[in-house]
Amino acid sequence: MAFFVEVLVGGLLAGVMYSLVALGFVLIYKASGVFNFAQGAMVLAAATTYAGLADRGWNGWLAFLAALATMVLFALATERLVLRPLVNQPQISLFMATIGLTFVLEGLAQAMWGAEVRGLDLGIPDTPLEVKGVLVSKFDLVASATAGTLVVVLALFFQNTRTGRALRAVADDHQAALSVGIPLERIWALVWAAAGAVALVAGLLWGSRLGVQFALTQVALKALPVLILGGFTSVAGAIVGGLMIGASEKVAEVYLGPLIGGGIENWFPYVLALLFLLVRPDGLFGEKRIERV
Amino acid sequence: MRGEVPGPVLLEVRGVSLSFGGVHALREVDFLVHQGEICAIIGPNGAGKSSLLNVMNGVYAPDRGTITYAGETRKAMRPHRAAEQGIARTFQNIALFKGMSVLDNVMTGRALKMRQGLLWQALYWGPAEREEIEHRARVEKVIDFLQIEHVRRTPVGRLAYGLQKRVELARALAAEPTLLLLDEPMAGMNIEEKQDMCRFILDANDELGVTVVLIEHDMAVVMDIADRVVVLDYGRKIADGLPEEVRGNPEVIAAYLGVPTAADDRALKEAS
Amino acid sequence: MIYREAGQFRTTYAADQRIFPIAQDRVGVALLLAAAFVGVPLLASNYVLTALLIPMLVLTLAALGLNILTGYAGQFSLGTAAFMSVGAFAAYNIQLRLPWMPLLLTFALAGLTSAGVGLVFGLPSLRIKGFYLAVATLAAQFFVDWLFTKVGWFSNYSSSGVITAQRMVIAGVAFETPARRYVLVLSIVATLALVAKNLSRTRTGRSWMAVRDMDVAAEVIGIPILRTKLTAFAVSSFYCGVSGALWAFAYLGTVEPQAFDLQRSFQILFMVIIGGLGTVMGAFLGAAFIMLFPLFLNWMFHAVVRGDVRPGLLSQLELVCFGALIILFLILEPHGLARLWQIGKEKLRLWPFPH
Repeated sequence: MAFFVEVLVGGLLAGVMYSLVALGFVLIYKASGVFNFAQGAMVLAAATTYAGLADRGWNGWLAFLAALATMVLFALATERLVLRPLVNQPQISLFMATIGLTFVLEGLAQAMWGAEVRGLDLGIPDTPLEVKGVLVSKFDLVASATAGTLVVVLALFFQNTRTGRALRAVADDHQAALSVGIPLERIWALVWAAAGAVALVAGLLWGSRLGVQFALTQVALKALPVLILGGFTSVAGAIVGGLMIGASEKVAEVYLGPLIGGGIENWFPYVLALLFLLVRPDGLFGEKRIERV
Repeated sequence: MRGEVPGPVLLEVRGVSLSFGGVHALREVDFLVHQGEICAIIGPNGAGKSSLLNVMNGVYAPDRGTITYAGETRKAMRPHRAAEQGIARTFQNIALFKGMSVLDNVMTGRALKMRQGLLWQALYWGPAEREEIEHRARVEKVIDFLQIEHVRRTPVGRLAYGLQKRVELARALAAEPTLLLLDEPMAGMNIEEKQDMCRFILDANDELGVTVVLIEHDMAVVMDIADRVVVLDYGRKIADGLPEEVRGNPEVIAAYLGVPTAADDRALKEAS
Repeated sequence: MIYREAGQFRTTYAADQRIFPIAQDRVGVALLLAAAFVGVPLLASNYVLTALLIPMLVLTLAALGLNILTGYAGQFSLGTAAFMSVGAFAAYNIQLRLPWMPLLLTFALAGLTSAGVGLVFGLPSLRIKGFYLAVATLAAQFFVDWLFTKVGWFSNYSSSGVITAQRMVIAGVAFETPARRYVLVLSIVATLALVAKNLSRTRTGRSWMAVRDMDVAAEVIGIPILRTKLTAFAVSSFYCGVSGALWAFAYLGTVEPQAFDLQRSFQILFMVIIGGLGTVMGAFLGAAFIMLFPLFLNWMFHAVVRGDVRPGLLSQLELVCFGALIILFLILEPHGLARLWQIGKEKLRLWPFPH
C-alpha cells in the first residue's frame, strides 16, 4: 500500500510539472486563440540557453535572466513576423504556423548551443524525504511547489485583473478586438513572453530531472493530453488535468506496464485522453462549443 | 394557388415547445402546412421563427409536442430522415460549402439520390460516370431555372451575397424536395434581387409543385406571395390565416409595434 | 497565345467533366507521362532514381493519403506515419507468412489492413474535431510506434526491430534494378493519383468537402456524416499503407523504427501544406519540394560557406529553413504551390496580355 501511495505521489508531483507546461499553452490560447504547438520547443530552447550559458561559467541568476531575455525576444519576433501577418486566419493556419515555429526554434537552439545532452544543476538536492512512511523526492517537492505557485498566480491574474479579462476577450475574435481598439500586438507580445517565461521555468525543472535534450519536447507534448482533459482555456483545468495525467501515467507504468511489455508511458496518456474525449468532447473544464447554423 | 382550396395536410406541428436553458424559444406551437401552398412565418426578432424551422427539419429536437410528416408522427425529426423524405431548406446565415464551386455545391444537393459505390467512383467509369452525368443534367436544369449559369465554376465564397442566396436555393431545389423551408431567403437583398427571388419561389411552387414555408420580414413580399401567414411572438403563435386577415389583426400589430407601457404614457404626457 | 481555349467547345457534360478539359493540358500531360515512364528510366542515373525519384514518389503517395483526409475531408491528422508503418509491417508479414501471395495483392492487402486501422482511429472523429482530433491521432502515432517495437511478432523477433523486406517479383519478373523499381512505383502512384482525382469529382469527394466546410449543413442535406468521415479515414489510410509498403519494398528494402516516427508525419504534413491542401497536384509538388529543398540548401550552403563547419549544422539550418518556409507559405500563399501553378496557368492563358 505504501508503495502505491509512493507511486501515486510521484505521479502527482510529476503531474504538477506537466501542468506547468500545459499552462503555457493555455496562456496563449486564452489570449489569442492560437494553439501553440511550439510550446514544447520553447521549453527546450529556454532550457538549452540556460544550460549553454551555465556551461560557459555564467552565474545561475545571470543565465536565468539571459534565457528569459531570449524568450522575450522570441515572443516579440513571433508576434511581429508570424502572428501579425496571420491575423484573423483560420485557427488551423495559425496552428500549422506554430508547427513551423517549432522547427525554427529547435534548429536555432541546436545551431547555437549544439545538440548534445546537457545536465542541469539547479542546486536542489534530490534526496528522498520520508513523510509518514512514504518516500518522497525533495526535488519533486520543490519543483511542484514552484510550479504550483506559478499556476495559482496566473490563475488569479486571469480571473481578477482587468488585463486578464481583456486577454480573454481577445481570444474570441481578433478583428472585433482590433476594431474596438485593443492593442492586439502588445497583448500578444506580452502573453507570448509570459508563456516563454513559464516555458523557461518548466524547462529548468524538467531539465534538471531528465537532462536537457530532445526528450524534453516529448515531455512537452505530454501537455497535450493534459489540455484535453482540462480543456484548452482553463487554468484550473491545466492543474487538474496535469495531476490526473501524471498520476495515471505513473500508476499505469508501474502496475500495467510490466503486463504488456513496458514503456507504455509514451502512449498511455494519449489513449487516456482519447477515451476521455469520447465521453466529454470539450474536456472537463473546456467551454462547450455551440454551433449555430 | 391563391384562393384555391388548400390541399391535403403535408406537415403538422402540434404542441411544440422548445427552450434553451431559461429561454423559451417556442411555446405550444400548433400549425399545419398544406400541400402546394406557400406559407409565410413572420414575427418580430427573437420570436422563434428559425427555431420552428429547425424543429421542422430536425436540427433541434423539441422538448414537447409532435411533428407529423409523410404519415409518421414523431417526437422529433432527424435531419437525415427529413432529407430522405423530401424536406430541403436554406439557412439564415448561408450554409454553403465555401470551398467548392457553385456547380459542386448544387450537386451536393443530389447526394441522397446518387447510389454508386466507392469502387466504381474510384474508376470513374461505367455506372459511376453515367450517374454523374445524369445528375449533372438535372442540376443544370436547376441552375438554368435560377439563372446562375454564368458563375457555375466560381468558388462560392467569392460570390456576392445575393448570388450566394440563390445558389443555396438551387442546392435545396436540386434535391427535388416536397417541402422547402426557407429562412429569410431575401435578407439583405435590394428590390430587384427580391423580385427575382419571389419569381423563383413562385415558379418553384407553380411548376415544380414544391410546398414552401418561408420566414420573411418584408411585408410586401409576404402579402404578395404567401397563401397563408403564421405569426409568432415570443415563441407563441398569435395569428394564422390569410395575409389580409393577419395584417389587420390587432395582436399582430401590437407585437410588431410594441404595446405601450405606463412609462411610455408618462413620457408622452411630459412631452406634450 | 499558345494556351488559348478558343475553338474548344465542350458539347457534352462528359466532355466538361473531364479531368483535363483543355486540349493543350491533355497534350502536356501525355508528354509528361511519356517522359516519366520512358524517358526517365532510360536517362536518369541510378543515384537519381534510388535516392530522389523513388522516395519522392513513395512520399507523394502518403501525401495523397493525407490530402484526402485533411485536404478534402478536413480531418486533421498527425498520425500519417503510423498508417505507413502499419502498411509496411503488414506487407512484410504477409510476404513472410504467405509467400505464395502475389506481390501486388500483398500491397493491396497491406493497404486494406492500414485502412482498417484507420477506421478504428477514425471513430473518435465523430465526436472530436480540430485540434482535439489532432491529439487523438497522436495517440495512434505513439501507440503504433510502441506496438511494432515491443511486440516481436511483427518484426519476426528481430533483435533490433528492423525488418528486411523480401524481393519483389511480379509474374516471374524480378523488380530489383532501380529502373524497374522506379517504373513499378510510378505505375502504382500514378494509378492511385488518378483514383484520388476521380474520387474528388464524384459524390464521395463532394461529401468529404461538404463535411469539411460545414458539417451541420451537410447533415441537413442528407449526407451521412459518420460514413463520410470513416470513408475518408479508410481511404486515406489505404494510401498511407501502400506508401509504407512501397517504402519497405521498393525504396529502402528495410524498415527501422525511426522511419515512421512523428517527424515523418510532420514531413508529410508539410508536403501537403506547401503543395496545397485539397489538390492532387499539390501532393506531387509538395513532395518534390520537400525532397529537393535540402539538396538545394546543401548546394547553396557549400557554395557560400568555405572551410569546415560543425557537423550537423547543416541539418539544423535545414530545420530552421523548413520552419520558416512553412510560415512564409502560410502567410503568402496558404493554398500552396498548386495555387501558384494555377495562377501561372491563368496568366499563361492571357499571355501576352496582362489581364
